[in-house]
Amino acid sequence: MTTTTSRGGVAIDCGHLVRDDRVHTSLYKDPAIFDQELDRIFRNTWVWVAHESDVPKANTFKTSWVGNQPVIVTRDKTDTIHVLLNRCRHRAASVCEKKKGKSSVFVCPYHGWSYGVDGALRKVPHASGYQSEPEKAELSLVSLRVETYNGMIFATFKDDIEPLVDFLGPAKKWIDLFMKQGAGFGVKTLGEHKFRFPGNWKIQLENTTDAYHFPIVHKTFLDSLDAETENIFDVLGHGGWVENLGNGHSVMVMIPDLIDLEDNLDAPIPDRFADLAAELVAEGHDDATVRKVVRAVGGTGFNLNLFPNVACSMAFFRVLRPVAVDETEITHVAIGMDEGPVAGNRMRLRLHEHFQGPMGFGTPDDAEGWERVQRGAAAGDDLWIMVNRGVDAPEGAAEAGHDAGDVSAETGMRAAYQQWKRMMTA
Amino acid sequence: MSTEAMTATVDAAEAFGAMQFIWREAEILDRLDYKAWLPLWTQDGLYIIPTELGVKDHADALNVAYDNAEMREARVKRLRSGFSMSASPPARTVRTVSRFVFERDGDVLVVRSAMQIAEYKFERLRTIAADVEHHLEAAEGGQWQIGRKIVTLINADDYLHGIGYLF
Repeated sequence: MTTTTSRGGVAIDCGHLVRDDRVHTSLYKDPAIFDQELDRIFRNTWVWVAHESDVPKANTFKTSWVGNQPVIVTRDKTDTIHVLLNRCRHRAASVCEKKKGKSSVFVCPYHGWSYGVDGALRKVPHASGYQSEPEKAELSLVSLRVETYNGMIFATFKDDIEPLVDFLGPAKKWIDLFMKQGAGFGVKTLGEHKFRFPGNWKIQLENTTDAYHFPIVHKTFLDSLDAETENIFDVLGHGGWVENLGNGHSVMVMIPDLIDLEDNLDAPIPDRFADLAAELVAEGHDDATVRKVVRAVGGTGFNLNLFPNVACSMAFFRVLRPVAVDETEITHVAIGMDEGPVAGNRMRLRLHEHFQGPMGFGTPDDAEGWERVQRGAAAGDDLWIMVNRGVDAPEGAAEAGHDAGDVSAETGMRAAYQQWKRMMTA
Repeated sequence: MSTEAMTATVDAAEAFGAMQFIWREAEILDRLDYKAWLPLWTQDGLYIIPTELGVKDHADALNVAYDNAEMREARVKRLRSGFSMSASPPARTVRTVSRFVFERDGDVLVVRSAMQIAEYKFERLRTIAADVEHHLEAAEGGQWQIGRKIVTLINADDYLHGIGYLF
């Protein structure tokens, strides 16, 4: 059956490229499939654009992306968040080239058309030069549909899509648990590491719920930890699990003890956090706060993968952006406690730097692994990527009725690829 | 500080000695001789690679690296271990350090320089540029030690790639 894409091209039949236990390497290599993904996936579902703390007050903004389209995330005086295509309606020049900031107006630098933070066209210089005054109401910046859940801002080009909360479904519970690392102060972004790797975006998507690689790829990270912490990160065979949450989302529980950060607050403070606890006491925080912060400082014990482009991963947001079929940009967003203790946030920054970022003890090895997948995928035109691991039942507490496997299972990848198949063949 | 004041406080011999020290460090890093790199530092030295330009308070900001002695040692151990995929084999690098400016801050000689690194791996040649600030402290035998090194990449606030070596 030949179908067409929304932009008029001939659609590729992708159904046979995804089986239950394997996917074809053309998914990493075929530029036509990549174009179809932008169309059928990234322009057709909820895509993460920012965290609410990135636009904390009226007239603050942050530039971001929906698929390969540049957008501006803004907040207006009524606290409404807007996601606007960063493209003047006159000649398409970008109207904002800053990463973030404060502005009540976006002025196109080319011919001076100006727009409000809700996207409305405000002024056109020398408007009398037009034969008829431009229909201002029709020339707002293109505004996407926006919904938020627990601080996470998503946007979509698809007006008739299901509400965000329905799309997230069982993932909502895990988002709520993830945000407990605000330790009662709320979650706030603290900075970003951004890097690219020469490989397809789905290689990274697979990685977030892949505990199987962890002890091998991240041996040098594990070796850099004290014995107690290393023990905590010894995740294989200690009750963790991977669970398919529907709609391509999945969760990998690595450290079952750290699912709910409000549990076990009476437990003794671990030695490695003794200095932090002392510093928090010196900052004047009460015992309950100190315990909450110490328990939450290293993040949660799970990675939540939200299809297609964001993960809530232990202590940070991991955002992917497809740049080309063989080029992907990753942003690791460090998060901390909004108005929280200085010492606590400082420790979170140092922990983030330890693993994440272009020179972290973990990230460069992930990036090298992903690049090698792309390089190896060049070896032959009829190769398959195996995602069949997961014969063991989960040891942990997956939701009854959910598809789940042990912590090293490839359940999350299969969940993502089945959603990919649904969307690419719809 | 005016150029006149700077040249008045740092004499030519001292400036040349500092340049030689920084070039030697550059060569050690290109040779991946990280064991020889560690003793170049003071015990409380800080190795900082920011993610934003113009940051003053690095301790409360996110950095690519913010290493005290313990983290520098752990980093060297990791890179030398043979178990880090990104550093085994590592990219080859050749770096040039130049455009030195000297300033005296009490006992500390502050040297600002420009660095360019050519990086080669997987048939791919990349160029990385950075402003570098060394805070040098006098050590025994007329040598210098690094009390602080801040490497501000020209694209610090933009995307980088996985890096399996040191700046």
